[in-house]
Amino acid sequence: MEKQEVTLMKGNEAIAYAAIRCGVDGFFGYPITPQTEIIETLAQLKPWETTGMVVVQAESEVASVNMVYGAAGAGKRVFTTSSSPGVALMQEGISYMAGAEIPGVIVNVQRGGPGLGTIQPSQSDYFQATRGGGNGDYNVIVLAPSSVQEMADFMDLAFTLAFKYRNPAMILSDGVIGQMMEKVVLPPYKPRRTEEEVKRECPWATTGRSAGRQPNIITSLELKSEVMEQRNLALQSKYRQIEEAEVRFDTQQLDDAEYMIVAFGSAARIAEKGMTSARKRGMKVGLFRPITLWPFPKKQIAELAQGKKGILVVEINAGQMVQDVRLAINGRLPVEHFGRLGGIVPDPEEIVAALETKLIKE
Amino acid sequence: MKQEIIIAGFGGQGVLSMGKILAYSGLMEDKEVTWMPAYGPEQRGGTANVTVIVSDERISSPILSKYDIAIVLNQPSLDKFEPKVKPGGILIYDGYGIMNPPTRTDIAVYRIDAMDKAAEMKNAKVFNMIVLGGLLQVCPLVTPQALEKALYKTLPERHHPLIPLNMEAVDEGRKIIQKQ
Repeated sequence: MEKQEVTLMKGNEAIAYAAIRCGVDGFFGYPITPQTEIIETLAQLKPWETTGMVVVQAESEVASVNMVYGAAGAGKRVFTTSSSPGVALMQEGISYMAGAEIPGVIVNVQRGGPGLGTIQPSQSDYFQATRGGGNGDYNVIVLAPSSVQEMADFMDLAFTLAFKYRNPAMILSDGVIGQMMEKVVLPPYKPRRTEEEVKRECPWATTGRSAGRQPNIITSLELKSEVMEQRNLALQSKYRQIEEAEVRFDTQQLDDAEYMIVAFGSAARIAEKGMTSARKRGMKVGLFRPITLWPFPKKQIAELAQGKKGILVVEINAGQMVQDVRLAINGRLPVEHFGRLGGIVPDPEEIVAALETKLIKE
Repeated sequence: MKQEIIIAGFGGQGVLSMGKILAYSGLMEDKEVTWMPAYGPEQRGGTANVTVIVSDERISSPILSKYDIAIVLNQPSLDKFEPKVKPGGILIYDGYGIMNPPTRTDIAVYRIDAMDKAAEMKNAKVFNMIVLGGLLQVCPLVTPQALEKALYKTLPERHHPLIPLNMEAVDEGRKIIQKQ
C-alpha cells in the first residue's frame, strides 16, 4: 500500500485540498474572515487546470449559494463556503435547495455575532444550522468537525450524504478549526464523475432531455396546497429516515464517569483537556461529542447519561445545543451550560471551574 | 513528552512563522503538533501570538490557559504571559525595549538579545531564528536536523539559498541565550 503522506495545514486549507481530491465539480464563494484561506488555496491550486473543477469568486454570498443551486440541480458536486454573516445571507438559497431537494454542500467557519459581530471564533450559529435556518419546515444535515483531519474527511462525507438524500449538507466549523494547523492525511484522489455517471446516478437532475423522457423539473414552488402538503410529508419522512440512519458521535471516558460533558467542534477539543484536568483532581468526568448536529444523537445521549449525576454542555455561545440535550434528557438529570461569547474562546480551566461551580458543587 | 508553548511579540517580528517552523520541525520528527494563531486585527501594530503544542501523544485543546514555555518578544507580551507560565516552566524574553523585566522566581527565566544580534548580523529577518535557536538550547524539543528539514519544507525554493544563513542564526541564538 502507498504510504500516506502526512502534511501540516490549516483547517481552511484542508477543505480546499480535500474538495479537489474528492472529485468536486465546482466552488462558488465570496471571501470573509476567518475562512478566506479556502478560496485563496483553491485559487493557488488552480484545479481547473487539473481536475477541471470550476472555482468562481461570486459577487456575493447570495450569488454563491444560488450558483450552487443551479450547478447541483444539474447533478454536479458543488459547494460554497462562508462565515456566519455570509451564511446568514445564504439562508434563502439553502431553504430553496431543501425544498427542491438539491444536494449541495455549505461550509460555515463560524465567527461571533449577531450582525457583523466579530471575526473571532464562535459556535453561535448552532440554531441557524440545525433548525433549518431559512423559511419552511426543513433540515440540513450538519457535520461538526473538531480537527483539521475531520475538515478534510467530512468534505467527501458531506457530498455522499447530500447526494444520498438529495438534501443540502453543511460542515459547521469555526475560526479555531479553520485557522489552526494540524497534521492531516488528505483523502485519496477520486475522479470527477463523467456526464454519463451523473445521468445514471442523478436521474432527477437537469442534464439535458433525451428523446421520449419526461422533463425533469426542479423547483421548491407548488401552488396546490394538497400537492404541497404531500411534498412536505415526503420531506419529513426523508428527515426521519436520516435521523434513524445517519447519527454520528464520539465518546471518551464515559464508562466510569459520574458527570458527562457534551460539546461539539472546537469546544469538544477544549473540553477534552478540561476533562483530563478534572480527572486529575478526582472528578469523574467523561465526554460526549456529537459529530452530526442534525440529526442530533438524542437517543445516544439519553442512553449514555443513564446512571450519571449531571451534564455540562460546553459551547462557544449563550446556550443553544443545551436545549437539544435537555430535550434528550427530559428532566431526568441536571443539565447545565457553560459558554463564552463575542469571540472569546473558553480555556480548559474555565471548563473545570464550571464543572465545579455549576454541577459538582461539593 | 508534551510542550505547550506561547510565542508572542509585535506583528512583523516573525512570531507566526517561528511557530510554523517549530510545528513543522515537530512534524519532521513524527510528533503530534498544533499551531493556533491569534488572528485578525491583532496582527497589525498590536501584539501577535501563536500557541504551538509539540507532543508525543494526541493533542486535545489547541487553546490553553497555562504554558510550559513562553517566548515573549516585547513588553506587552511579557506582561501578559509571564503570569501564565506553569510553575517550573520556562520564560524566554528579548531584552530589547524591556523596561520591566520578569520577576517570577518559580520559573526558569532566560534572556536572549536577539534583536541586537540580528542587527549585528545585518539581517533583521533572521531575528526569529536566533530566538528559535535560543529555545532549542534550553529545551531541545526538536533536533537541529528536523529544524533544517522544516525550513526546506516550508520555504519556497527561491529562498532555499538563505537556509544556511538561517541555520547560522540558530547557532548564534544557542550561544547568546543566558539564564537570568
